[in-house]
Amino acid sequence: MRTDRLVQGLFVALLLVLPAVLAPFYVTLLNYIGLYALVALGLVLLTGVGGLTSFGQAAFVGLGAYTTAVLSTTPELPGWIAWAGASPWLTLLVGLVFTATVAVVVGSLTLKLSGHFLPLGTIAWGISLYFLFGTLESLGGHTGITGISPITLFGVVLDAGEKIYYLIWAFVMVAVFTTQNLLDSREGRAIRALKGGMVMAEAMGVDTSRSRMIIFVIAALHACASGWLYAHMQRFVNPTPFGLHIGIEYLFMAVIGGAGHVWGALVGAGLITVLKQWLQDILPRLLGSAGNFEAIVFGVMMVLVLQRAREGLWPVLKKLVPVKAPQKTIDPAADTLPRRDLPTAGEVILEARNVTRKFGGLVANNDMNLTVKAGEILALIGPNGAGKSTMFNQLSGVDTPTSGEVLFLGKPVAGRDSREIARMGMSRTFQHVRLLPTMTVLENVAIGAHLRGGKGVFHAAWRQDRAEEARLLKEAARQIERVGLGSHMYEEAGSLALGQQRILEIARALCSDPCLLLLDEPAAGLRLKEKEALGDLLRKLRAEGMAILIVEHDMDFVMGLVDRVVVMEFGQKIAEGLPDEVQRDPAVLEAYLGGV
Amino acid sequence: MTNQAKNPVLQIDRLCVSYGKVEALTNASLTVGEGQIVTVIGPNGAGKTTMLSAIMGVLGSKGTVHFDGSIEAVPEVERLVARGMNLVPEKRELFGEMSVEDNLVLGAFQRYRMGHRDHPKTLDEIYDLFPRLKERRTQLAGTLSGGERQMLAVGRALMAKPKLLMLDEPSLGLAPLIVREIFRIVTELRRRGVSILLVEQNARAALQVADYAYVLETGQIAMHGPATQLADDPRVVEAYLGLGGKHQAMLST
Amino acid sequence: MDVQIALMLAQDGLTNGAIYALLALALVLVFAVTRVIFIPQGEFVAYGALTLAMMQAGTVPATVWLLAGMGATAALIDGGLALRAGQTRRLVGVLGWNLGYPLGLAALLAALPVKDMPLAAQVLLSLAVVVPMGPLMYRLVFQPIAAAPILILLIVSVAVHVAMVGLGLLFFGAEGQRTPAFSDANLELGPLMVSGQTIWVVMSSVVLIVALYQFFERTLYGKALRATAINRAGARLMGISPSLAGKLTFFLAALIGALSGVLIAPITTIYYDTGFLIGLKGFVAAIIGGLASYPLAAVGAVLVGLLESFSSFWASAFKEVIVFTLIIPVLLWRSLTSRHVEEEE
Repeated sequence: MRTDRLVQGLFVALLLVLPAVLAPFYVTLLNYIGLYALVALGLVLLTGVGGLTSFGQAAFVGLGAYTTAVLSTTPELPGWIAWAGASPWLTLLVGLVFTATVAVVVGSLTLKLSGHFLPLGTIAWGISLYFLFGTLESLGGHTGITGISPITLFGVVLDAGEKIYYLIWAFVMVAVFTTQNLLDSREGRAIRALKGGMVMAEAMGVDTSRSRMIIFVIAALHACASGWLYAHMQRFVNPTPFGLHIGIEYLFMAVIGGAGHVWGALVGAGLITVLKQWLQDILPRLLGSAGNFEAIVFGVMMVLVLQRAREGLWPVLKKLVPVKAPQKTIDPAADTLPRRDLPTAGEVILEARNVTRKFGGLVANNDMNLTVKAGEILALIGPNGAGKSTMFNQLSGVDTPTSGEVLFLGKPVAGRDSREIARMGMSRTFQHVRLLPTMTVLENVAIGAHLRGGKGVFHAAWRQDRAEEARLLKEAARQIERVGLGSHMYEEAGSLALGQQRILEIARALCSDPCLLLLDEPAAGLRLKEKEALGDLLRKLRAEGMAILIVEHDMDFVMGLVDRVVVMEFGQKIAEGLPDEVQRDPAVLEAYLGGV
Repeated sequence: MTNQAKNPVLQIDRLCVSYGKVEALTNASLTVGEGQIVTVIGPNGAGKTTMLSAIMGVLGSKGTVHFDGSIEAVPEVERLVARGMNLVPEKRELFGEMSVEDNLVLGAFQRYRMGHRDHPKTLDEIYDLFPRLKERRTQLAGTLSGGERQMLAVGRALMAKPKLLMLDEPSLGLAPLIVREIFRIVTELRRRGVSILLVEQNARAALQVADYAYVLETGQIAMHGPATQLADDPRVVEAYLGLGGKHQAMLST
Repeated sequence: MDVQIALMLAQDGLTNGAIYALLALALVLVFAVTRVIFIPQGEFVAYGALTLAMMQAGTVPATVWLLAGMGATAALIDGGLALRAGQTRRLVGVLGWNLGYPLGLAALLAALPVKDMPLAAQVLLSLAVVVPMGPLMYRLVFQPIAAAPILILLIVSVAVHVAMVGLGLLFFGAEGQRTPAFSDANLELGPLMVSGQTIWVVMSSVVLIVALYQFFERTLYGKALRATAINRAGARLMGISPSLAGKLTFFLAALIGALSGVLIAPITTIYYDTGFLIGLKGFVAAIIGGLASYPLAAVGAVLVGLLESFSSFWASAFKEVIVFTLIIPVLLWRSLTSRHVEEEE
C-alpha cells in the first residue's frame, strides 16, 4: 500500500467521523475551514503554482453567493432564467457559468498586466465589486438578502451545520483530488512553468496566456462554489464577507499554509480560521478591550512567514509525516511517439541573409550571412561582446532584424512567435539555463514534448489522459537516457550541477522532435568527460540528419567537433571556414588576443 | 615564483566562489603591490569577473582578502569603498538618466559621508585627466559613446580617491584607438600612485602595460609571472585559442 | 450643475488631488528605490492626523508606544549585531536612536502641556512621533528581504497594511476625528469661496514638492537616492548601501504621509482605516505615472481628485467604483506600453 494513499485515506476517514464526536460549535468551525480551503485551493493553483497574485478572490466568492441568493429568493424570475429557481443545484450551475464568464472578461483585461501590475489590478476590481455589491439596490444594499433556502441532496435537507458539513468537505476533497491530478499532467507542467519559466515554456510551444487564463478561471470557479455553499449554509448574504480585506485573508491562508502545495491550502485555512476565532473571542476578554487583534496578529505573522519560511508551513509539516510521494513509473509498453521526417542531409535548414540589427546608434549585427544544413554542425564564435547573442536571437526568432531576413525551412522567421517556430521544428537551449528547479529532471524534459500531446485540463483533472501521459513520459525518459542523465531522472533539476543542467536543456529540446537544434554555450561548465560525451551525442545527432548550430566559447570543444566555423567581431563576420583554417586566420588571432 | 611586491596593497589567498554546486573560482591567490599594475587575463568564462566581485564583496566567497594592511573577514562593499578599494565593473553600471557631472560626484559619496567635502577639487582633477568628460559634463550619461562611458566609469571610481582600482575588461567592445587611450590612462594612474588590478581579455594590450600577470583558466590560476615573460609564452595563446588541446586537457582535469 | 457648483467641485478635486499628488510621489520614490509597492503609505496619513488629534485631546498619543516597540526590536537586532562585531561606538548609536529617542519623546509628551501648545508645535511633535516609524519599518520588515521578488515585497507590504490598520483601531478607536483648521481665513475669488485650509493644503503640497525636487537635484544624498533607483548595482559600488537608501526613502515616505494627514484632517473626518482608500487613490495616480514618472504621477493625482469630486456629484454611491475601475484601463495601458521582462526567481 502506498503510504501517501494511506494517509489520505485516514484523513478522509477522520473527516467522516468528526461530526459524530465534535460539539456543534466545532463542526461549524470545520465548515468555515472547508469553505475557506476551497478558495485557498484556487489560490494555490493561481498564486503558489502559477505565480499570479490575486487579492480579489473574495469578489468571486461574492459572485457565487449573490447569484444563488438572487435566483433562489426572487419570487418572479424573468422567463428565460425561471428554471434556475427550482433548485439550488441549478443556481450553482448558473453561478459557475456566470463566474466563468466574468472571470474570462476580467482575466482578459487584467491577465495581460505584467508582473506587479496584476495584483494591483486585483485590488482594484476587488474593491470595485465589493462596493457594487453594497450599492446595488437589487442586491439588498448593505443589509443583503435573507431567506435563502437550504440545499437538498437525495431528499435530505441540508439545513444544519453537521449536515452541510459533508457536502462542503466533499467539494473540498474533489477539489484537492482534481487539482493534484491536474498538476501531474501535460497541462499541469505548462501551468507550473508559468512561474519563472514563461520564456522557456513559450519556446517549447506552451501557450502561456492560455494557461494563465485557465488557472484564473479555475480559481474563480473554486471561489464561486465556496460562495454558493456559504449562501446556503448561512441562508443570507451581505457584502461584508466579500470585501478586499477578506480577499487579503484568503491570500494569507494560501501563503501561510504553503502557497505551492495543495495541502497547504487546508493547513492555511485551518490555522487562520481557528486563530481568528480564538483571537476574536478570547483575546479581547483577556485584554479587556475591543480591537481588531486578529488583523495585527495576521499581519505580523505574514511578515515573519515571508521573512523566515517563504514556502509556508506545509513543507515544515510534511517532514513530520513520513509520506513518500510515489516515483513516476515509465511504462515501457507505451506507444512510441511518432516522429517528423528529417530533411535529407545537405539540405539548407536555416539561412541568414544580410541580417543587420541596430539598437539606436549601436550596430549589434552588421550584414551577417550564414547557413546551417541538415546533417551539419556549425559553430558561431567570437570574443565577448561580438554580437553572438544578438545573432542567436535573430536566428531563433526572439528578436527581429532591422534589415535582412532569417529563413527557416525556406520560410521567414520574422513575425512568428516562439510557439509557431517550435512547431515548425526549431528547438533551442538557453545561455542562462532556464529550467524549473523544483521539478524533477523527467518533468522538465517532458515539457519539451508539450506539442506532441493534446489532452486538456478536464481530461487531466479526471485522469483521462494517462495513455498519452505514458507516451510523453516514455519519450522524455528516452531522451534523458540518450544524453546520459538516466541516473538523475527523478532528482530535482535544481540539484544538478550547472553542466548537467545544460545537458538537461538539450534533452528537453530533443524531446520536441526538432530538425534544427540551436545550442547556446552547451559546453560551459562541463568537465572533460562530460564534454566528450556531449560531443559524441552531437555527432550522433548529426549522423541522423539533424542540423545543429552552436554558439560556444570553449575552443577545444568546438574545434574537434564542428564542420564549419563562423567567427564574429564587432557585429560582423570576420572569418568563415573549416576549424583548422579559422584557427590560423590572423584576423581571428587578433580578435581573440587583441592587438595593440 | 610569486609576485614579490614590497608593499602589498591587496593580497588574496585561496579565494573560492561557488554558484550552487558549481565552483566558479578555486583557490585563487594573488598579490598586488603598491604602485603596481597587475593583470589577470584569461579566456571568456574563466572566472575573472567572479574573482573581482568576490574581492569587492559583491559575491560571497571563502578564503581571505587582505587589503591595505588588514584582513577583510567578510568583504563588504560599503566598507571597502570607504577604505579605498574601487571597482569599475564590466557593465560600467553608470547612472544613465543622470548627468556626467552627477555621475562623477556620486563617486565621492562615501568620502562625503565620512566628512571629506573636497569633491569639487577632485572633480577638477578628473576633468584634467578626461577633458572629454568636461565637455560633456551636463550631458546624460546614457547618451555617451562607448569610449566616453568607459572614461566616465573610470573617472567616477577615481572620485573616491582609491588606493586600489580594479578594472574589469576596460577595453571590452571599444575600437582599437580608444583601447589605446584607455591603456594610456591606466599607466598614467600608476604614475599618480594608484595600484591597479586589471582584468582583461585583450591579453596583448594588458601584458604590455602590466608589471605582473596571472592567467586564469576555468576558475584556477594556471600561470603567473612578470608580464614581459608571459607575453612571450606560447601557452597563453593556447589557453585562448585551444591550439594545444592536449595541454589544456591536462590543466582542466 | 451651474458654474458655482462646478467651481466648488473643482476646488475639492484640486485639494484632494494635491494630497494624492504628494502620496503618489512618495509611492513612486519608494518603488523606484526599494521596489516595494508601499501599500501602508495611507496608514501614515491616518496615523499623522490621529496622533495630532490625540495630542489635541490632551492624551499621550498611543503611537509613541508603537514607535518605542519598533525601536526596541530594532535595538535588539542591531545591538546584537554590533555587540557580536565588537563595535561599541555603533552600539551606543543604535541604542540611542532606537531606545533613547522614543522614550525621550514619550517623556517629553507626558511632561509638556501639549494640549495648550500652539498648533505648529503640535504638528511638529506628531511628525516626530510618526515619521521615524518609516525607517524603522524598513529596517524591521523590508531590509531582511530586500532582495526578494517584487511580488513577495508586495504581499509583505499588504500584510504591514493589515497590521497597521488593526493597530490603528487599537490606538485611536473606531471614532473619526477632525482637527481645527490651520487658519479660519476665507478668500473670495469671484463667485467662489476658498477656505484657508484649502490654500494651506495646496500651498504646502507645492512647497513640499519643490523642496523634494531641490533635495533630489542639489544634494548628494538626494542624488544617491536617484542613483539607487536608476542602477542599484552601480550605486552599491559607490558605497551607497541599499539599506541606507531604503531607510532614507521610507523616512521621506513617512514624512509625506504624516504631513498629508495633518493637512487634510481639518477638511475630512479621519478614521483609523481612512488612510487605505486615500493611499490607493495616490496609487491610481502613481500608476498613471507608471510608478516611474513624477510629473505624470502628479498630473494623474489631480485627475483622480477631479474625477472623484465630480463623480461624487453625479453618482455619489458609485464614486469609489468609478475611481477604482478606472485603474484597470490605466494599468492595461501601462503594462502594454512598458516592456515586460520576466522576473527570474
